[in-house]
Amino acid sequence: MAMHKTKAVTATRHAALGLSDQDLLDMYYYIALARTLDDRMWVLQRAGKAMFVISGPGHEGCQVGAMWPMDKKNDWLVPFYRSVAACLVKGMTPKDILLGLFARAVDPSSGGRQMPGHYGHPGVKILSTSSPVGTQYPHAVGIAYAAKLRKTGEVTMVAIGEGGTSQGDWHEALNWAGIYKLPVIFVVENNFYAISVPLHKQVAGESVAARAAGYGFPGVVADGSDVLECYRVAKEAYDRARRGEGPTLIEYRVERLGSHSSDDQQERYRPKEEIEAARRRDPLVTFRAYLESVGLMDEPRGQALTARIKREIDEATDSADAEPLPDPSTAERHVYATQHDPTYYRADDQIPGPHPMHPWLPGPDGRR
Amino acid sequence: MAQVLTFRDALRATLMEEMDRNPAVVLLGEDIGVYQGTFRITADFLTRFGPKRVIDTPISELGFVGAAVGMAMLGLRPVVEVMTWNFSLLAADQILNNAAKLRYFSGGQVNVPLVIRGPNGAGVQLSAQHSQSLEALYAHFPGLWVVAPATPADARGLLLTALRGKDPVVFLENAALYGAKGEVPDGDAPIPFGQAEIMRRGHDVTIISYSRMVHLALTAAEQLAQTGIEAEVINLRTLRPLDRETLIRSVRRTHRAVVVQEQWRPFGAAAEIAAVIYEGAFDLLDAPVERVTGADVPMPYARNLELLALPHERDIVAAVQRTLYRQ
Ligand SMILES: Cc1ncc(C[n+]2csc(CCOP(=O)(O)OP(=O)(O)O)c2C)c(N)n1
Repeated sequence: MAMHKTKAVTATRHAALGLSDQDLLDMYYYIALARTLDDRMWVLQRAGKAMFVISGPGHEGCQVGAMWPMDKKNDWLVPFYRSVAACLVKGMTPKDILLGLFARAVDPSSGGRQMPGHYGHPGVKILSTSSPVGTQYPHAVGIAYAAKLRKTGEVTMVAIGEGGTSQGDWHEALNWAGIYKLPVIFVVENNFYAISVPLHKQVAGESVAARAAGYGFPGVVADGSDVLECYRVAKEAYDRARRGEGPTLIEYRVERLGSHSSDDQQERYRPKEEIEAARRRDPLVTFRAYLESVGLMDEPRGQALTARIKREIDEATDSADAEPLPDPSTAERHVYATQHDPTYYRADDQIPGPHPMHPWLPGPDGRR
Repeated sequence: MAQVLTFRDALRATLMEEMDRNPAVVLLGEDIGVYQGTFRITADFLTRFGPKRVIDTPISELGFVGAAVGMAMLGLRPVVEVMTWNFSLLAADQILNNAAKLRYFSGGQVNVPLVIRGPNGAGVQLSAQHSQSLEALYAHFPGLWVVAPATPADARGLLLTALRGKDPVVFLENAALYGAKGEVPDGDAPIPFGQAEIMRRGHDVTIISYSRMVHLALTAAEQLAQTGIEAEVINLRTLRPLDRETLIRSVRRTHRAVVVQEQWRPFGAAAEIAAVIYEGAFDLLDAPVERVTGADVPMPYARNLELLALPHERDIVAAVQRTLYRQ
């Protein structure tokens, strides 16, 4: 760093970026909260409380950095399954996320319809996620287009893994956004693996960010273990978007600290040393080290925070678990805006419903 | 001679033998090499055949199915694994608009010996975008063969036929069946497409199904037998071509039919099968053809709703009883 001797420079990196001490403590809180929630979800899955978990250990730092410059009330987040920390920053609570894991009726993402890890929350402007990778990218472009047309000033941030950039959807979205200079920030959380498939089999040249050039807007790379750098590049991207200068592609290089999902064992295809080395780039560790270096964190404060977060996650777990499953009588809801045609619904003709022999006639309960 | 194999091992062994025999066979798919396949159908293939024939693709279904169409036209025999058939929808244009039509639009000059395979249908709590049964969609299109094996023997025999044909094959497996065991004949015995199997003889009613639902039908038939109802159970094996003859002949004998499918009722495979029965056996039917199907909703994640959305043995029993006016 050439600027460290300049007089006008503020004492700390974060202050130079316009971040207060409180910002830093809050950012660290979200990283730690996401990690603790994440660990809890895996424990619950192993205990048989959930069928499936997919989450983001190692990705939290870049997500919190990316989200920090966002106008959380006005802007949109279009997440993917690793976006636990991003969704928390945006305003979902740990309980919201656990309600999805437990498939509870009041799960804000889908009312227990969609798999865990597919976050959505209209109340805090998080667009619902879909399983086929890449499909969220064109959606984000559509949101950005609508925002531009309606002059709402909303900026949209969308996230994906590097493997997902192999999809046509991804490229088509970038192309569109470039042509129309849309207020959208394309985030790629590059953890070097797509399940077992390494980066070099997804991306020739191994730089996702470089692809932005072909679509006519800037692409930047940032180290996901450097939360402040993640923030800095995101801030620039938001500023550009707000000035009407169009999209930015940000490639965050992160570590996937765990297996791809609860269906995977990464030991099957990743060398032990590599998995070990990844831990040194854990944003929870690196960001804490930064906080300690500027005197914002120490052992007692760390312990107090850990205890507070544990309490929050315990409470969230208990209260989410106490919620009921979706009511079976609502099973056919949400297929259409208006009442679904019940003629076709029944899998089990023994449930009172249409006349079993002649579905066009009312059943024993008068229903059709 | 026959040996007892799981469905998975039947597929795996057949694929391996054919790759040993025919150097034109290449595999493409996500996580099929190093990872050995999400369902381990391609376990050890990478070490045995090398990365030129066992291709770990980028996550780009449209791209790799399209490339496989090109390979097929140029004399290779690509076998594409889709992680689930749900993701084949990203490649729908290549399958439905291209693979299915290249022979026709080349005036018969071009072969597209392409096999696309992978799990179809519901698992346990995978929700709508991982649980769909897409057979009726694919069977709607002329130019594709649509195969849905129910047993390890089917898996082997039908895969052999698929791997030796000249046209694109949609090979629909079911994840819940991969561990199922059954006798598999040794040797080179392809099962021709369009040959249904009568899995159980009966004279009171014909239950017609394919893939996993055949097993539900067999269980239901056992339960019915305890109440004195003898059901005939037909395993269609392929939807395109459809063995009309076997099912019409059976229904003309039993006078009653129940068709079982996992997918949604409207415009599903059972509707086509029922129409075939009406066309071929109307005069001999003693009851309307019954359909047992999945519920007409995207598959929900919550287990209690999911169970409501799937067909069960008791639904088949109830449907059979309705055809016999026993309810
Ligand atoms: C269209 C489609 N194909 C395949 C899958 C199965 N799948 C789910 S996640 C994943 C890997 C994604 O890797 P990447 O985009 O690098 O993100 P990461 O999981 O590493 O964060 C795959 C292949 C899918 N969900 N959608």
